[in-house]
Amino acid sequence: MAMLELENLRVSFPSAEGPVDVVKGISLSLGRERLGIVGESGSGKSLTGRAILKLINRPGVMHADRLEFDGIDLLSQSERQMRHLRGARLSMVMQDPKFSLHPVMRVGDQIAEALRCHERLRRRDVKARVIEMLEKVRINEPEAVARLYPHQISGGMGQRVMIAMMLIPKPDLLIADEPTSALDVSVQATVLDLIDSLVTDNGMGLMLISHDLNLVARYCDRILVMNAGEVVEECAAGQLQQATHPYTQGLLAAVPQMVEDRDELPVLDRSRWSGT
Amino acid sequence: MSSPTAKPPVPAGNVTTRSEARWLFISRKLLGFLFVVALTFLALLAVTFFIGRIIPIDPVLSIVGDRASNEVYEAARIAMGLDRPLPVQFFSYVGDVLSGDLGRSVSTNREVISDLARVFPATLEMATIGIIIGVLIGVPMGVFAASHQGSWVDHIIRMLALSGYAVPAFWLGLVGLALFYANLGWVAGPGRMDVYFEGLIEPVTGLLLVDSLLAGDTDVFWNAVSHIVLPALILGFFALAYIARMTRSFMLDQLSQEYITTARVKGVPGWRVLWVHAFLPIRVQLITVIGLSYAGLLEGSVMIETVFSWPGIGNYLTVALLNADMNAVLGATLVIGMVFIIINKLSDVLYGLLDPRSAR
Repeated sequence: MAMLELENLRVSFPSAEGPVDVVKGISLSLGRERLGIVGESGSGKSLTGRAILKLINRPGVMHADRLEFDGIDLLSQSERQMRHLRGARLSMVMQDPKFSLHPVMRVGDQIAEALRCHERLRRRDVKARVIEMLEKVRINEPEAVARLYPHQISGGMGQRVMIAMMLIPKPDLLIADEPTSALDVSVQATVLDLIDSLVTDNGMGLMLISHDLNLVARYCDRILVMNAGEVVEECAAGQLQQATHPYTQGLLAAVPQMVEDRDELPVLDRSRWSGT
Repeated sequence: MSSPTAKPPVPAGNVTTRSEARWLFISRKLLGFLFVVALTFLALLAVTFFIGRIIPIDPVLSIVGDRASNEVYEAARIAMGLDRPLPVQFFSYVGDVLSGDLGRSVSTNREVISDLARVFPATLEMATIGIIIGVLIGVPMGVFAASHQGSWVDHIIRMLALSGYAVPAFWLGLVGLALFYANLGWVAGPGRMDVYFEGLIEPVTGLLLVDSLLAGDTDVFWNAVSHIVLPALILGFFALAYIARMTRSFMLDQLSQEYITTARVKGVPGWRVLWVHAFLPIRVQLITVIGLSYAGLLEGSVMIETVFSWPGIGNYLTVALLNADMNAVLGATLVIGMVFIIINKLSDVLYGLLDPRSAR
């Protein structure tokens, strides 16, 4: 049985010419597996992630025919009930640690807060759990790092702190919204390997949102390709080469090969699917 | 504080321990701080000194009168040391100020320094109560308005804040007096206390509320309270209007930050998102705003002090200006300048304490 069921999700923003749909009716279901969502910027993939947590900021508005998580109808949950689910059962790794970690709170306190919001624990136990979690995300000298502020640590370390923060209450589903886009290429693999191993070890579901096709193909079991607020392609990660939609084909064709014999990489020809 | 990396043990015999090094660091910072304050103060003295020279009021004439003969005028000029070169005059001015000699006021015929010691606490008392009201009500109002952006509460708070700019102080003072003093009789009228209490309390701090409590005279204390309530509330309202407006816009900026979303993703309760995650980073900006409006109040609200016959520094400065009483004007300017320097430096220190990013 699927853990997450989403049917006909729409997210719209008001404009001078009436509401504009940015996400145009997305449906998906996710079990304890790794699902990748790929698309260019503005395709609505991040909004989809946030909508699942019901965290669309005003003036944005979301509608869905169905949004169920583990048998709970999220659409009918009050904000208070959502708060108990967020972090504890559904969590999200945000994009850039430079902006998404709180600038004037110590790293350890931020991680501890994620735990304290959901479990009543003694001070000493909280501290032990935080240190243990920092070790799990492979941070050396966790006691010292816990006392630092986000501006004192590197981007890669910041993202590992973010992962620690989001995984410490042991959620069932983790949404990773471009978790490595703000990081150096050399650090990207480390962070993704980490997410991958933690998710697999705990038997969690993962929704990896990215603009990088190859990356998603490597770390996910199944892939959704999004364009202009719609899902245009859904396939198993291994069958990406057999993609049928012209957008996906165009994206794949634009990826440089190891042995390249083309003088110029092809540019997406949008007229083939959008009709403009 | 332990450093993240384990250092090899310091060889025995090396005298500087960690706590000593810390003290050395703190005292060095303190010295640098005092130096900067002294330098700023010197610049302030230079400004007041040159204002005194540039303003077309002849200090000699104001003493000898405009019917004095040329010989008398010259003699007075030399006696006042005005024939000496400007730098020499400046240094003797600095020396005078440092020894507490600000000259004699022509209009009150007393030492300016003792005048200031009387009028400044009156303003300080009212401004302090005003800023406390402004902060205690203005900050929560701003936070509330930001978290309910676009609601009717937000609109009411914005209207209130706007009226703080639009309504003239003297009008509010007069209407307040007419309503609460003349009609309802809830508060006492103008002045710091009723006439028959005058002179009962020996000034120690100059703050009437404090002095009357020190003397154990609760009658005077409550009388003084009923006198200060209305003007302090009006000052508080103006401070509140500004502080609430600024708090609201700082908070709105914070609430759109990514780390606020992070907090909500973690499942942090709403009040904690607001008062911890969003509020912690704006404390530094708020300190600037509060410090500036406190300094503004300490400058003395001329309107309020006039309407309420409040013997404060704003009133004193205005009377001195109208009488071309240069010593009093310069003395009061110096005090106001010092207030700004002190409040600025205090907020710098608070910055360092509150924001780990600026702490070095």
